[in-house]
Amino acid sequence: MTITERARKKAEKLDRLGELSAARDEERGVSLWQEAFRRLRRNPAAIVGTVVLGLFVLVSIVGPMLVPYGPTDTIGIREGLVKSGQGIIPGSSADHWLGFDHQGRDEFSRLIVGARQTLLVGVVSTLIGLAIGALIGGVAGAAAGLGGRWGRWLDTGLMRIVDMLLALPSLLLAVSIAALLGASLTTVMIAVGVVSVPVFARLLRGSMIAQSNSDYVLAATSLGVRRSKIALSHVLPNSLAPVIVQATLTLATAIIEAAALSFLGLGNPDSAVPEWGVMLADAQPYLGIRPALAIYPAVAIIITALGFTLLGEAMREALDPKLRK
Amino acid sequence: MALLDVEDLSVTFRQRGKRTVRAVDGVSFSVDAGEVVGLVGESGCGKSVTSLALMGLLPRQPGISVGGKADFDGTDLLRVDRRAMRDIRGRDVAMIFQDPLSSLNPVIPIGRQVTEVLTRHRGLSGDAARKEAADLLDRVGIPDPTRRLKEYPHQLSGGMRQRALIAIAVACQPRLLIADEPTTALDVTIQAQILELLKALVRDSGTALVMITHDLGVVAGMCDTVNVLYAGRVVETARRRPLFAEPRHPYTVGLLNSIPRLDAGRGDKLSPIPGSVRDVLPWADGCAFAPRCDRQVEACVGEPPQLVLTHTDRTYRCVNPVPAVGSAPAVAEPAVEAGPGPAAEAGPESGPVGPVAEVDPVAEEKQSSVPAPREEESA
Repeated sequence: MTITERARKKAEKLDRLGELSAARDEERGVSLWQEAFRRLRRNPAAIVGTVVLGLFVLVSIVGPMLVPYGPTDTIGIREGLVKSGQGIIPGSSADHWLGFDHQGRDEFSRLIVGARQTLLVGVVSTLIGLAIGALIGGVAGAAAGLGGRWGRWLDTGLMRIVDMLLALPSLLLAVSIAALLGASLTTVMIAVGVVSVPVFARLLRGSMIAQSNSDYVLAATSLGVRRSKIALSHVLPNSLAPVIVQATLTLATAIIEAAALSFLGLGNPDSAVPEWGVMLADAQPYLGIRPALAIYPAVAIIITALGFTLLGEAMREALDPKLRK
Repeated sequence: MALLDVEDLSVTFRQRGKRTVRAVDGVSFSVDAGEVVGLVGESGCGKSVTSLALMGLLPRQPGISVGGKADFDGTDLLRVDRRAMRDIRGRDVAMIFQDPLSSLNPVIPIGRQVTEVLTRHRGLSGDAARKEAADLLDRVGIPDPTRRLKEYPHQLSGGMRQRALIAIAVACQPRLLIADEPTTALDVTIQAQILELLKALVRDSGTALVMITHDLGVVAGMCDTVNVLYAGRVVETARRRPLFAEPRHPYTVGLLNSIPRLDAGRGDKLSPIPGSVRDVLPWADGCAFAPRCDRQVEACVGEPPQLVLTHTDRTYRCVNPVPAVGSAPAVAEPAVEAGPGPAAEAGPESGPVGPVAEVDPVAEEKQSSVPAPREEESA
C-alpha cells in the first residue's frame, strides 16, 4: 500500500505539471456549451445576428405599447390625406415616418405591431416542428443506432413516413395544410411547423446514428449500461447541437413561409392584427403608386430572417466538433 | 482452473462484394485469477477484435460471426444471452479503451460517468454514489476528486482521463479487466504512470488483467504470461522471462529485434520485419508468417503449423523455430508430407478445429519436429 501511495504522490505531482502545460487556458467548470458560447462571442456574424434578433424581440414585446398610432386606425382617410382610389398615398412625413398604407393606416405602427405576430408565428411553428421532428428522429435514431434488427425496421418505417413529407415541396405542403384546416393563425403555425418536421427528424436521426458508433457509446456498453439509458443520457445530448443550429435557421424560413401563407391569404383573417405577409399582399395593387409599401415589410422580413440565419450559422461554427480545440 | 479460458476463438467478417476477412482465426489462451496476460502483435493481428468478441461488443450483424468458446468461470461469454451479458459487463468483466478522450462522453461530467456504473451494478445512488465515485477517483490517483467529479472530459489532461476511465472500469471490482492498448494515446511519462497504476490495482485487488498491446516494453514491465498473435492466431505463448530470454518463434524474434535498444551502437540500423501484415498466407495454406519469415523452409507452406508445447510451459507454432539458447541449432526436418491435401479449401463456415497442443516430452533441441498432418483447418 505504501508503494501505491508513493507512486500516487509522484503521479499526482507529474499530472499537475502536465496539466499546467496542457490545459493552462482552460477555465474551470467550462462545459461544452459554455465553450461554444465563448467562441460565439468572438464571431462578428454572431454579434450582428444577436443584435438584430435582440432588437426584433424587443420591438415585438414593447413595440405595440409605444407606437404613435393604432395599427387599425385609418387616420389618413379621416384626415383626408389618403385617397387610394385616386392614387394618392402620401409617403414619409414628420408625423408619419413611413407614410400611410392604402387604407390610411400608419405604416410605421403597423410594421412595429406586426413584428410580434411574426415572432410568435416563427417561434411557435418552429417549436411544433422541433417537437414532432425530434420525437420521430430521436426514436428512429435510437432504434437504428442501438436497436438491432427490430430497431432497423422501426427506423425504416418512420423514415419512409418522413420521406413522404419531404418529397412534397415545402410551400405546397404548407398551403395544402392551411387550406385543409381553414385560414387562421393556428393553421399557419401548424402548417409551417409540419413542413419543418422532416428536416428535424432526419437531422436528429443522422446525428444519433453517427454518435451511436462513437467510442464512448462502446465504452458505456462495455460497462453494461442499458441501451435505453445510453440512448437518452449519452447519445441524445451529444446529438442535439446540429438540431439546435437547425432550429435557429428554421426560424428564418418559418418567418418567410408564414409571410408567404399570409400573402396567399391563408393567414390570420382578422385584419385588425397587422402581419408582414398580409401587408406585402395588401401593397400589391399599389406597387405602381407607392412601391415603398411593399418594400418596408419585405425589408423587415429579410432583416429578421437574416438575423436568425447569421446567428444560426455562427452557432453551427461554434458547435462544430472539427473546429473545437 | 483458469478464470478465463478462451478456446479456438474465431471472428469472421463477411461483406457482400468483399473478401471475407477472418480477423481472429482460432485464438486460444487462458487467464488465471490475479494474472496479467499479454496479447501482443502488430496492428491488424486481431488483438482488439479478440477483446471486443470477449466483451460481446462486436455488432450483431449477419456478416459477423464469432466461433469458439470463452469460458469465464463457468459461463461461455460468447454464448451467454444479451441480458445476462449486460449484467456481466462492467460488473465481472470490464474494459479499458485505447483513447481516453473519445471513450468518455464529452458532454457529461466525469462524476456522472462514474456513478452511472455504480448505479447500474451496485445500486448506489445520490450521495452514496458520489462519495464512492470520489473514492474511486482518489484510488486511481486523481487529486481533488470531489472537484474533478464536476468537470468535463476535455478539462482533464490525457493521463487524468485514462485514470478516470480506469476508475470507471474498476468501479465494481471486476474479476477480469481487459485493457486494449491503454497507453497508446498517452505520452511516455504518462504511460509509465498508467502502467504503474494498473499494476498496483491488479496487485491490490487480485483482478486478472488481459493486456492488449503492440508494445513489448509494456509487456516486459507488466505481464506474467505473454501470447504473441500473428494474423489472428497465437504463434507463441510463454512466461515473460523465457519469452524475452529465448524467443522461439521467428515472429517474436522479429518483434524483439525491431525495438530500438539503448545498448545498440551508434548508427546501427533497426532491423524491421520485412513486408507488411498484409503479406499473409491464409493459415489453411501453411504458416501465415512464412512470406515475411527469414527462416522459411519448404515445410512452412502447405500445411498449417501445429502448436508445439515444450517442457518449459511454452508453446509456439512453427516448423522451423529459432533454436533455444544453449542447444544445437534446430534444422527443419524434411520429413513433412507437404501435400496440401484437403486442407487447401476451408469454407468460411468450417471453423478451425482448434490448434492442437502437441506435447513434446523430449527436450527442446528436438523441437523442430513437425507433427503429422492433422485435420486442423480442413473442410
